Amino acid sequence: MTLAPERPARSMRDWPVVFPPPYEGSRIPKRVPTILDVPPELLATGDIMQINFGPNHPSTHGVLRLIIDLDGEQVVGLNAVIGYLHTGFEKTMEYKTWWKCVTYPERIDYVGYQNAELAFVLAVEKLLQIETPEKAIWMRTLLCELNRIHSHLIFLGTSALELGAISMFWYCFREREQILDLYEMVTGARMHTRYFQIGGLAEDIPQGFFPECRKFVEWMPHALDDYLALLDRNAIWLERTKGIGLLSGEDAIALGQTGPNARASGVDWDLRRDQPYLAYDQVDFRVPVYGGGDVYDRYRVRMDEMAESTRIVDQCLRRLERMEGQPWIADDRKVVLPPREELHTSMESLIHHFKIVTEGFRVPEGEVYSAIESPRGESGCYLVSDGGPKPWRVHFRAPSFVALEATPTCMHESLVADMIAIVGSLDAVMGDTDR
Amino acid sequence: MTNWRDLPGFVDEKEALGETTVTIETAEIRAACERAKEEGFTFLADIVATDYLGWGGKGVSGYIGTASGRDLNHPSTQGYQALPQLKPKRFSVSYHLLAMQRPPVRVRLQCWVDEGEHVPSVISVWPTADWHEREQFDLMGISFDGHPNLVRLLMPDDWDGHPLRKDYPLGGEPVRFSGAE
Repeated sequence: MTLAPERPARSMRDWPVVFPPPYEGSRIPKRVPTILDVPPELLATGDIMQINFGPNHPSTHGVLRLIIDLDGEQVVGLNAVIGYLHTGFEKTMEYKTWWKCVTYPERIDYVGYQNAELAFVLAVEKLLQIETPEKAIWMRTLLCELNRIHSHLIFLGTSALELGAISMFWYCFREREQILDLYEMVTGARMHTRYFQIGGLAEDIPQGFFPECRKFVEWMPHALDDYLALLDRNAIWLERTKGIGLLSGEDAIALGQTGPNARASGVDWDLRRDQPYLAYDQVDFRVPVYGGGDVYDRYRVRMDEMAESTRIVDQCLRRLERMEGQPWIADDRKVVLPPREELHTSMESLIHHFKIVTEGFRVPEGEVYSAIESPRGESGCYLVSDGGPKPWRVHFRAPSFVALEATPTCMHESLVADMIAIVGSLDAVMGDTDR
Repeated sequence: MTNWRDLPGFVDEKEALGETTVTIETAEIRAACERAKEEGFTFLADIVATDYLGWGGKGVSGYIGTASGRDLNHPSTQGYQALPQLKPKRFSVSYHLLAMQRPPVRVRLQCWVDEGEHVPSVISVWPTADWHEREQFDLMGISFDGHPNLVRLLMPDDWDGHPLRKDYPLGGEPVRFSGAE
């Protein structure tokens, strides 16, 4: 086993960063990487005002508390305090059987809920070594991409709202509503669906979903045009976002940034393409990468991703429409609940149903780390099983948690008004951060 | 370097479920991480600690319930079908590294500590380790030597105990007035 086999010809230090950096050197604070310290000479002037921003403020996207030091309007010190939404999900899951745990991850990242659920389900399936039917794989891909659009719409709507473009919020939530309606049609719930079962999907795709989803796919490019028309030539929006909150590719990797935040800093990295899971190796999509590393490029990456996600949904629809009547969940009676109608006629099915619901199925001993590309970047799930019906340890590598670590680095020489734009552009979901 | 064995403090390597786990001596973990970073593992995805208190031992085969692990009032406590393999120490600390190349390579560096033992901090190798280490300190009580700001992250500053430890009960938070006469 070699340490890094098949290394590309270019030096590892240059790849995957593909753009010239927006600034030279590193801006990560020296003493503590996540705390911006006030320079001692400024502190000596006595003119520094310390302000408690949050935890309850409309633009903190939940309950983020920032302790900021201001020199006039200039942010000279920053310390992010998190944990106000810590709910102990990881501890709770240790006390639930594996199949009851599925409801928890989507409440962790409550905006990218379907992707969070997928991260957990894929990790359990890796431990179980269970095969998922093709229809389930494609439907999962479709729902995850719808969810990605949903998440980016929330980012776009709220970020623009904070910078004064209130109408964007209504436009974005118009399409978000369509996505939630699609979710309701398939899963019965608008959010937190618990539609992904270990082994496949909880139910078959309902009648009438394909035409409705097709309508959305045809409409979404027009909606994206609307957003562009509202924002992309809006002088205030451009002024407030361009050149603000700079983060270089090197710093992004050192700070563990992934997803749109890294891709806006010129890091050409997307797990959907580079480490494919689900059906991503069979669909055609591009990975948008921009090199500015500012708030504007983070916005552009997400805009482009929405267009690409719409294309992926379209391709999934074409495949799924030809899969009528195929199984949607693995036929493994030790793990998967038997079909409801069998419970009236088959004693074995009844026993299996009872055992899975009361005791839970057993998962072989082992530890896995499985990572997916959630709307916010690498969403990883680390599981340890001791062979029993409950997880021994569950841990989530939350992309929002890591994204907030970059706040002080992005805050270099920024004004207090820019801070709102920067924190919004990192797109952290506090449930995901605090777990 | 062509081999995991060349990492400083190499103890053991194993492949399971398509993942490589390399055990490293605790004192050498920072040196091993530095070496791995030079070899292309530029990205630290995650640091996670696991408490193996009671793992596979007698009397804790159930998670809740009686000493034998069997409790008729609580399903899922029927005990194990097989005892899992014993672990060298109480806590494992895992570092999930990623080499950003095509195809990507992932590896888990792992070190083992007992209660009260310290782990060298890797914050000088990857700045992103800052909050990961603080989280594991907060929730699991692992101390990282050389971390400049090792204070609680998610729990309140004055919190007692480390909630993700196995000897910390679920619902261990004292509730006011409960049980008051």
